[in-house]
Amino acid sequence: MTRRPIRFYQVGSFAVGNRLLEDEERTVQSDAKRTNSIDSGHRACQGCGEALGARYALDAAMRATNGQLAVVNATGCLEVFSTPYPETSWRIAWLHSLFGNAPAVATGVAAAMRVKGRDVRVIGQAGDGGTVDIGFGALSGMFERNDDVLFICYDNEGYMNTGVQRSAATPPAARTATTEVVGPHPGNVFGQGKDLPRIAMAHDVSYVATATVADLHDLEAKVDKAMSLHGARYLHILVPCPLGWGSASSDTIHLARLAAESGLFPVFEAEHGVVTSVTPIRRRVRVEEYLRRQKRYAHLFATEPATDVIARLQAMADANVARYHLVNDETANSDLEA
Amino acid sequence: MLAQIEGSKAIAEAVARCRPEVVCAYPISPQTHIIEAIGVKVKSGELAPCEFINVESEFAAMSVSIGASAAGARAYTATASQGLLFMLEAVYSAAGLGLPIVMTLANRAIGAPINIWNDHSDAMAARDTGWILLFAESNQDAVDLHVQAFKLAETLSVPVMVCMDGFILTHAVEGVDLPDQENVDAFLPPYVPRQVLDPDQPVSIGAMVGPEAFEEVKYLAHLRQLDALALIPRIATEFSESFNRDAGGLVRGYRMEDAETVVIAMGSVLGTLKDAIDLRREAREKIGALGITTFRPFPEAAVADALRSATRLVVLEKAVNPGGRGVLASDVALSVPRSPLSSVIAGLGGRPITRASLEAMLARAASGDLPAVTFLDLDEAAVAAERARLADVT
Amino acid sequence: MDTPFAITLPVGTSRANHTGSWRVERPVYVDRLPPCNNACPAGENIQGWLYAAESGDYESAWRTLIEDNPLPAIMGRVCFHPCETTCNRVRVDEAVGINAVERFLGDTAIAHGWSLPGPGADTGTHVLVVGSGPAGLSATYHLRRLGHRVTLVDGAAQLGGMMRYGIPAYRLPRAVLDAEIARIIDLGVEVKLNHRVDDVEAERVEGHFDAVFLAVGAQIGRRVSVPAGDSSRIIDAVNFLHAVADDDPPLLGRRVVVYGGGDTAFDAARTAKRLGATDAVIVYRRNREKMPASAEEFEQALGEGVTMRWLSTVSSFEGDRLMVEKMALNADGFPEPTGEFEELDADALLLALGQDTDLSLLEGHPEVTIDHGVVQVAPSMMTGLAGVFAGGDATPADRTATVAVGHGKRAARGIDDYLNGRKTILPPKHDLAAFENLNTWYYADAPRTRRPELEKVRRQGTFDEVIQGLTEENALFEARRCMSCGNCFECDNCFGVCPDNAVVKLENNRYEFNYDFCKGCAICVAECPCGAIQMVPEKI
Repeated sequence: MTRRPIRFYQVGSFAVGNRLLEDEERTVQSDAKRTNSIDSGHRACQGCGEALGARYALDAAMRATNGQLAVVNATGCLEVFSTPYPETSWRIAWLHSLFGNAPAVATGVAAAMRVKGRDVRVIGQAGDGGTVDIGFGALSGMFERNDDVLFICYDNEGYMNTGVQRSAATPPAARTATTEVVGPHPGNVFGQGKDLPRIAMAHDVSYVATATVADLHDLEAKVDKAMSLHGARYLHILVPCPLGWGSASSDTIHLARLAAESGLFPVFEAEHGVVTSVTPIRRRVRVEEYLRRQKRYAHLFATEPATDVIARLQAMADANVARYHLVNDETANSDLEA
Repeated sequence: MLAQIEGSKAIAEAVARCRPEVVCAYPISPQTHIIEAIGVKVKSGELAPCEFINVESEFAAMSVSIGASAAGARAYTATASQGLLFMLEAVYSAAGLGLPIVMTLANRAIGAPINIWNDHSDAMAARDTGWILLFAESNQDAVDLHVQAFKLAETLSVPVMVCMDGFILTHAVEGVDLPDQENVDAFLPPYVPRQVLDPDQPVSIGAMVGPEAFEEVKYLAHLRQLDALALIPRIATEFSESFNRDAGGLVRGYRMEDAETVVIAMGSVLGTLKDAIDLRREAREKIGALGITTFRPFPEAAVADALRSATRLVVLEKAVNPGGRGVLASDVALSVPRSPLSSVIAGLGGRPITRASLEAMLARAASGDLPAVTFLDLDEAAVAAERARLADVT
Repeated sequence: MDTPFAITLPVGTSRANHTGSWRVERPVYVDRLPPCNNACPAGENIQGWLYAAESGDYESAWRTLIEDNPLPAIMGRVCFHPCETTCNRVRVDEAVGINAVERFLGDTAIAHGWSLPGPGADTGTHVLVVGSGPAGLSATYHLRRLGHRVTLVDGAAQLGGMMRYGIPAYRLPRAVLDAEIARIIDLGVEVKLNHRVDDVEAERVEGHFDAVFLAVGAQIGRRVSVPAGDSSRIIDAVNFLHAVADDDPPLLGRRVVVYGGGDTAFDAARTAKRLGATDAVIVYRRNREKMPASAEEFEQALGEGVTMRWLSTVSSFEGDRLMVEKMALNADGFPEPTGEFEELDADALLLALGQDTDLSLLEGHPEVTIDHGVVQVAPSMMTGLAGVFAGGDATPADRTATVAVGHGKRAARGIDDYLNGRKTILPPKHDLAAFENLNTWYYADAPRTRRPELEKVRRQGTFDEVIQGLTEENALFEARRCMSCGNCFECDNCFGVCPDNAVVKLENNRYEFNYDFCKGCAICVAECPCGAIQMVPEKI
C-alpha cells in the first residue's frame, strides 16, 4: 500500500507541512527548496488546479529522480499558459510537440535516454482531452509496449483551453459549450465517456493511480511509487478548473476534496490491473454538496431542482463507493498512529 | 562493397551504417522491407546501441522520432503514402522544432481510391512542411542520399526525407555499392544536437510563439532552406571525394550540352527517360534531361542555370494537381518564367511509363503539339464514357 | 546551449511576468483571537502555550503560561475551564483538554523546580495586598514582576484563601498549593499572617503604602432560617470545609444533608462522605439544568455515592427528622412551593447557599460604591478610593479562582499605571477566530485523552486526589489536538497550495506573500486550517 500512515499531529497528515516532523517526512511541497517545476509568472487563471497539480506531481517526481527528469507536454492549457514566447515557467527539461502525441514523444525521449545510457526518467503529461481523446491512441500504444514512461493526466473534465467544450472525461449533466443547457436533457448526456484509469488497468501496466489536488500526501506518495517502478505507468489527477466549472477560484482544492469525498472521483491505486489500495472517504458528503458549488451544474438547482438527475449522479457516486470500497467502518481512524 | 541486393535491404544496410539510435517501425507497403531489415539488425545486436520500436501508427512513428531526436538521439523512420499523411502533423512539428530526423519515403499513390503502387503524390503533401526532400533515381542513388541525408540534417538541424519510388526501387534487386562502415563513420560524425532535452541543462523546447515572433521563426526557417541549397552541393562533393562516386546535389543534367528540348523529372523514371533520350539523340534531336535531386528546397537558380539555353521544356511527373498543371511543372515554370513548358502527368498509381510512350511524347514535344497539360497513356474510351455519364449534371 | 530562436526558451524567464497585477484582493496574514484565550478569565495565551507544548518544549510552554497565571498546577485542578467550553474543536470531535495540559505543565514545573522569572527592577513603591487567595497571589506576582514591593497580609494562619480553606484536598493537594504559593513568595514578599485589616485607609497610612489591593474574598456563608431543635447540627459548609482544612473536622454523624446546588455543596457532600458519612444527600430547590455546580463535580459526586433530592427546600430540622417541601418550576423557571412535604433522616445539615463578603474595612469611605454586597471597580480594578484597588470574589464577577487570578493581573497593571501616573487603557482585542474561519479538514480525527480517575472505592475514604494527571505522552497528544485557531502554526499549507508559488517560506518558518505574482485566488485563505489569512481589497 502506497498510502502513508496517518500521523497525528497538531494538524495530522493532511496539511502540506508540519513543523513537528523531520524534514524527510514532510511533503516535497513543504520544502522551501522544492523545484517549483512550474514557476511564478505563468498565465493560468486564478486558482488553477492544473498549475497546482502539475507542480505537485513534477516536484515530487523531481525529488524521486534526484532531478534526473524530462517531461513531455501535450498541447493544452498547461502548455499554453506556461510557455508563451519569450517566457517559460518550466524549470525542468520540458518538450512540447503536439496535442495528440505526447505519449509517443515521451516514448522517444525514454528510448533516447536509454540508448545514451542516461538514467533520466520520463513523464508525459496532458489534460483530459490530450489523454482520453486525441492522445488516446498514442497512450494506448505506449501502455501496451510498456515503454518506460509515467503518463500523467491532469483531468479538468473538458477542453478548457479552447473555451470549455466537452471531452470524453466530461461528467454527465455538466454544462459545456458543446453540451449546452438547452433541450429536454440539458448538459452532458449520461452513459458516455471513458474511465481511463480502468482502461489503463486493462493494459496490465505496472501501476495506475488516481489522485486529487486536495490530498497532497496521497498524490506525492503515488508519484513516489510510480517513479520507483519502470515500464508504462499512469497517474490520473483531478484538477478543478474555476473557469470551466464555474467555481470560485478559492474553491479549487475544496472541490477536489468534495469530488473524492462524495465518491464521484474514486481515489485508488492498482498494480498490474488489480486495485491494491483505495484512499477511503473520511467524511462522506452527498453529491449535491459538490455539485452546488459549480455553475456548470447550476441548471440542476433551478427553481425546480432536477432531483432525478441529481439522483442519477448520486447513484454513480454510490456505485464507485461500492466498486472501490471507499467507505469502511474505521475510515476516520483507520491508520491512526499516535 | 558491391552487392546484388533488393533496394529496401540496401537502404537498411546504408541506414544501419549511419548508426541510428532510435528507429521506429510501422508497416506500410512498400516501405516494409526497409524497417524489417533494420529490425533484424537491431534484434540480432548487429546494430547497437539502437532502440527499435514497433509503434501503433505513423503518427506515433514520427512522434517517437521527435522525442528521440529532441533528447539527442539520431532518429530514423520510414513511411509511405497514407502513412505520411497520417503523420503529417508530426512531420510539420519535427521541422518546426528543428529536429534532424531522417525518413525514407517509399513513394506511393494516395487514396481514394486506395492504391498501393508508386507515384509521387505522397511527397507532394510534404512539399511545404519545412523538410528537405531528396529524390533518388536509382537504388545506388538512394543509398548514397541516405548517407548524405544524415549529415545534411544534422548540420542544419533540419529533417530530411529521402524519396524513392515504391516497388520500382524498393523492391528491385540490382547491383549496389554499399558504403563501408569506416567510410561512413569518417563521413558522418556522431550527432551533436543544437538543442537537447537534458535535465542537467533544462530548457523548454516547443514554446508557443505568437504574432510577435512567429513570422521571424518562419523566415529563419526559410533562410535555413536557402542555406541548404548552398550546403547540399558541398556535401555531395565531400561524398564524392570520400566514396569515389557522384551522388546527391541539387540537379543533374543528362545530355544537356546543346539540348533545345529538356525533359525535367524526378526519381526512377529518369532511367527510362534517359533511354528514350538516347534514342531521340540518335534521330539527331537536340534533347536532354534534367533530374531534380533536391525537390525541397526547390533549387530555382540551379534549374534556371541548367535550362538557360533550352527552348522547349517538358516536365514529366508522377503527381497531379487536379485542375492545374503538375506540381513540379509549377516550380520549374517559376524558375524559368519565359520558357514554353508542357506539363506531363504520368505513372499515376503505378502505371508503367514505357520507353515507347515517352518516345511518342517526346516526338510530339519536338513537333510542338504537346498541350500545356498531358496525362500520358490515358484510356480515352473510359474517360469519354464517364464524361458522357456526367454530362447531364455539368 | 545554442538554442533556436523563440521555440526554445531558457528557464526562469516567466518571472518577468508579474501576474500580481491581475489581483483585486490580496491575502494578508492575521492573528485572530482564539476562543480559548478569549474565554480565559485569567487572560492566558492558551493557544500560545499549547503551541510550545506541542513540540515537547514544556518549559517554554510553562513560561508562556505563567506570563499570565503563576498558578498553573492549581488552575489545572480547580479551574472550570471555560476555554474548553468555547474550544472550536468541540465541533470537530471534542474540546482540547486544555485544563489537563495546564496541570501537566504546572506539575512538571514543580517536579523540575522551575522558578518564576525574577522580580523587576525596584520601583521604590510599596503595595499592600490584602488577602492571599488567587487574586491576592496573582496580584502579588505581577506586582513583583513590575518591580513594586509587596506586603501580603491574610487573616488566616496560612496563605491560599479559599484555595486552602474552601477546596478540599482531594481536588487540590496541599503540596501543590504550597509549592505554587512558595514560588511567588520566593520573589521577595513580606508576608503577615493572622493579620486582619479592619480599616484599609488606616493600614495604608500606617504602612506608608503607595497603593492597596483588596482581595478579601467571600468567606461568610449565607444563612437561611431553618426551624430547628438543635441548631448546633446546622453548619455552614464554608466553615465546615475550613475546619476540615485546619484538620479539625466537626462530628457530623452518619446521615448528612447538604442544602444548596453550587460547587461548595458538592465539596461539602463529598468531604462528608470521606469523613465517614454513609448518606450524603444534596437538597436543591431547582433541577439539574438550573444547577450552578460544574458537571464534572456532579458526576464525580454521584460516582462517590452522593445522592440528589431535586426541586426541594428544607423547611425544618427537628430531632433527626429533616422536613423538605417539594417545589415545582413555574413558567419562568423559578421554583414555587407545592405544599407537599417529605421527611429525611439526618444527623447534620450543611448549608451551602452562597457566600457573602466582609467589606467592613471599607466603611467610612462614601466614594467607594458597594452594590449587592460587592465593591464596584473601574476597568483598572480601582475602587472609588484613589489608590485602593479590589478584585476577586469581593468584586462583581463570577466567583471562580480563575477570575480571581485574572483580576490580580489586571489590578497589578492598573496599580502600575496608577503609580506611574498613566491612564489604564485596555488593549483592543483581535477579531475572534470563529469556527467558520477554520478549515477543519486538515485536523486528523483524534479523540480527547481522558484523565484517569481514581478508583471510586479508593476515593471514598481518603482525601487522595481524585483526578490523576496526564502522562507525558498523553499531554503531548492532547496539546497536539489544538487547532491553533486564528494563529499560524507553520503547517506550510499556504506555501503549498498557491498555484502561483507566490508564498515565500522564510528562514523562521513563517511566510510572506510575494505580491508580484499573487493573483488573489484566495486558495490560501480557504485552505489555511486555522484561519490566519484573510483577503482585503486592493486599493485601485
